[in-house]
Amino acid sequence: MEFKEKLISSHLAFEEDLDLNDSIYETRATALKVFEEKGFPSKKEEAWKYTSLEALTQKDYALFPKSTTSIDVNDVKKYFLYDTDTYKVIFIDGVYSPFLSNTTHDGLDVCLMSAALTKPKYRDLIDRYFNKIAPKDDSMTALNTSYAKEGAYIYIPKSIVAEKPIEIIHFSSGNENALWLQPRNLIVVDENAQVQIIERHQSLKEHPVVTNCVTEIYVHQSAFLDYYKLQNDLPTASLIDNTFIVQEKNSHASVHTFSLGGKIIRNNLRYFHKGEHVMSTLKGVTILQGKQHVDHATLVHHAQPNCESHQDYKGIFAERSEGVFNGQILVDKIAQKTNAFQQNNNILLDDKATVNTKPQLEIFADDVKCSHGCTIGQLDEEALFYLRSRGIPKKEAKALMTYAFANNVLESVQLPSLKKRINGQIAKKLGVNLGFDL
Amino acid sequence: MAYTEEELKKELETKEYEYGFYTDIDSDTFPSGLNKDIVKKISKKKGEPEWMTEWRLKAFESWSEMTEPEWSNVEYKKPDLQAISYYSAPKSKPKYESLDEVDPELLKTFEKLGISIDEQKKLSGVAVDIVMDSVSVATTFKKTLAEKGIIFCSISEAIKEHPDLVKKYIGSVIPPKDNYYAGLNSAVFTDGSFCYIPKGVRCPMELSTYFRINQAGTGQFERTLVIADKGSYVSYLEGCTAPSRDENQLHAAVVELIALDDAEIKYSTVQNWFPGDKEGKGGVFNFVTKRGICHERSKISWTQVETGSAVTWKYPSCILKGNNSVGEFYSIAVTNNYQQADTGTKMIHLGKNTKSTIISKGISAGKSQNSYRGLVQVGARAKNARNFSQCDSLLMGNDCGAHTFPYIEAKNNSAQIEHEATTSKIGEDQIFYCNQRGIDTEKAIALIVNGFSKEVLNKLPMEFAVEAQKLLEISLEGSVG
Repeated sequence: MEFKEKLISSHLAFEEDLDLNDSIYETRATALKVFEEKGFPSKKEEAWKYTSLEALTQKDYALFPKSTTSIDVNDVKKYFLYDTDTYKVIFIDGVYSPFLSNTTHDGLDVCLMSAALTKPKYRDLIDRYFNKIAPKDDSMTALNTSYAKEGAYIYIPKSIVAEKPIEIIHFSSGNENALWLQPRNLIVVDENAQVQIIERHQSLKEHPVVTNCVTEIYVHQSAFLDYYKLQNDLPTASLIDNTFIVQEKNSHASVHTFSLGGKIIRNNLRYFHKGEHVMSTLKGVTILQGKQHVDHATLVHHAQPNCESHQDYKGIFAERSEGVFNGQILVDKIAQKTNAFQQNNNILLDDKATVNTKPQLEIFADDVKCSHGCTIGQLDEEALFYLRSRGIPKKEAKALMTYAFANNVLESVQLPSLKKRINGQIAKKLGVNLGFDL
Repeated sequence: MAYTEEELKKELETKEYEYGFYTDIDSDTFPSGLNKDIVKKISKKKGEPEWMTEWRLKAFESWSEMTEPEWSNVEYKKPDLQAISYYSAPKSKPKYESLDEVDPELLKTFEKLGISIDEQKKLSGVAVDIVMDSVSVATTFKKTLAEKGIIFCSISEAIKEHPDLVKKYIGSVIPPKDNYYAGLNSAVFTDGSFCYIPKGVRCPMELSTYFRINQAGTGQFERTLVIADKGSYVSYLEGCTAPSRDENQLHAAVVELIALDDAEIKYSTVQNWFPGDKEGKGGVFNFVTKRGICHERSKISWTQVETGSAVTWKYPSCILKGNNSVGEFYSIAVTNNYQQADTGTKMIHLGKNTKSTIISKGISAGKSQNSYRGLVQVGARAKNARNFSQCDSLLMGNDCGAHTFPYIEAKNNSAQIEHEATTSKIGEDQIFYCNQRGIDTEKAIALIVNGFSKEVLNKLPMEFAVEAQKLLEISLEGSVG
């Protein structure tokens, strides 16, 4: 049986052990129909031209992991950004782990999607926010919606500043042969509220795991969202990440994506503007080797006047790795005085590495400043020579320049310990120890 | 103020296509529709050898299996290909010895367009192969060219007289299966130009063809084949204007360029077909496939000024197959009223040390949509490939759109690729500065647009540059942002 068929036929069994409110049932059923009709995206679709899921979807995966697997804290500690001092929502093989987590209802809600979907007290919020911005016709998103059950639910009420960052971590234990995970997150940042979130997917053993994740984020008036995605998984793990952000008046939202490891990673990141004077930031660093493949598909939809967006993606590709950047800026007719910038720089280190990039501008308003630039090249030979002539060995010189190349993006990371950690990871990738942080 | 914006707008609205007239010449026209018999009939009518008929039929077969592509960023009512007559030629086709023998009606048409053959002949030294509804009616300067061994004639003549060359190269760059409209063209093309520059010859003059679409309801399916043999050089000009017509007209030409080792081809186009009236009614569909192949150390340079057509959909491309070859693309696309343009280029780097440059300037005004779509591809073996692309868009007014869709694919780590694009409107401060110095707003805009497009205009041959500059002004008159 093909995996697609399995996904469709398993849905009944999935519904049975759930107790949900009615409207969610309907949403799920409709979404499943969309997926049934469209199937997995193929390379024939423009949006998936450079990324093929065929290698993933032709295998078989377990959809429902056997009940809870426990993990020793000490084994996974290293994946936490801080030992304490963060809220943590942690899942093992898609199942919530109360033991590792640190949730709260004190002033703000950091808890579970499964609770939000079933408990009456969340009903209003779910009706208002759930599946409202995720596109209904996208097959991967629809597939996630049809199986939406578990994930993180975060609500920051009016004028509350979340004092600690929130970590959302999905572990896969490797107890299943092959696993297909579909977490679903909902994040609402109400007026004037502020929050920092770190999301991570991590497998603990080498085993095939595919995560098809959907995150809906609502950033209300004058609110502030700072979101970090850490993608440094084992080479057997793949991720299809779909993040949709709606921004109201005067809000700020920034997403940093660090893609350092994994098999196939696809990041769909979309911003929609619902108010004026919105500021959106999308930044990413991608460092790949082996046969890894990362595809960044971004969309910023400027639908209101006086908004600003900044995109900056840096890629460094070694060995046979493949990088894709597909950035789209859409400026509606009424979105006058828009400032939209997009930048994509790539360095190819080896002969067999590939970069495909497609920065698009679609502009219907005349009083705008929009620009995009993209480059593909190598490290500057002359600069390398300069460093070496001053006694810095080749390897270190190269690392230094690579650092400098990625630094634009790292500079805007607001969490010092995260910055340090990413610096460390980049140094590790490049096989050097410079003994300092940039 | 003597001249207000309102007046400007009014003038623009009332400004009809200047070159919109219709020449009444008896035409020999086929019934409309397309099938195997028509293809055979065209071939027979042209007195083609059997291999050509076979080639056409094969193209027709593969075309029949294709469907019309829909991926472009343009909207239009698909032309009914069965309602088009696939052959229309001026009725009598005597061999003219001098211009006096040419149908005076025809000459008048050219005069109205400002391309009097006499003048061209004497003043500019341009050999003009005039295509009027599919069949060449006058070829000049043939002798001068013949002395150098240059072949410049209509493609149907070339099929008869130089079958070896045609057989070897036709469809070698754009195979009939390449795309829907190229397939259609391969099956039914009625005429076009053929040019061959022998080894080491530098063509002494600019070769030029003026295309005209004239007969109501006939699509033009031109086929151009330019072959520059080793070490030769040619500059080829193509310019177009068409009479005003309400019904949409289809133009699906195919242009193939072959630059052998060390050769250089410069291909310049000024396209000013009827863009439809201010309501967006009528206008020409320009669905052209243009592609050139570069062998070792050769160079192909495309320059285009696109101001006409209701819908433009074309990507003059270079396949940089040989080592050290160079491809260039310079383009200005201007859209006004309801015009739509989806144009750009493809640079396929296959050989080592290949270089390409893309400069594209899009200007949109009125309710038009202007897209740049381009591909820069560096193959795994293309060591040290170098590309520079720049796409700038200028928006005038609130209702138009400018879009950029660049595709960049690099499979070699020694490749250096740069791409940049900007979109903006004409700065109020710039206009103010001009006003302040006594230059009225319209002139100021012309000045700024001219400066904006200068990089491309400079690449045009002298004769064309003047014409192109005028065209820019005409197409944008009054569209103050």
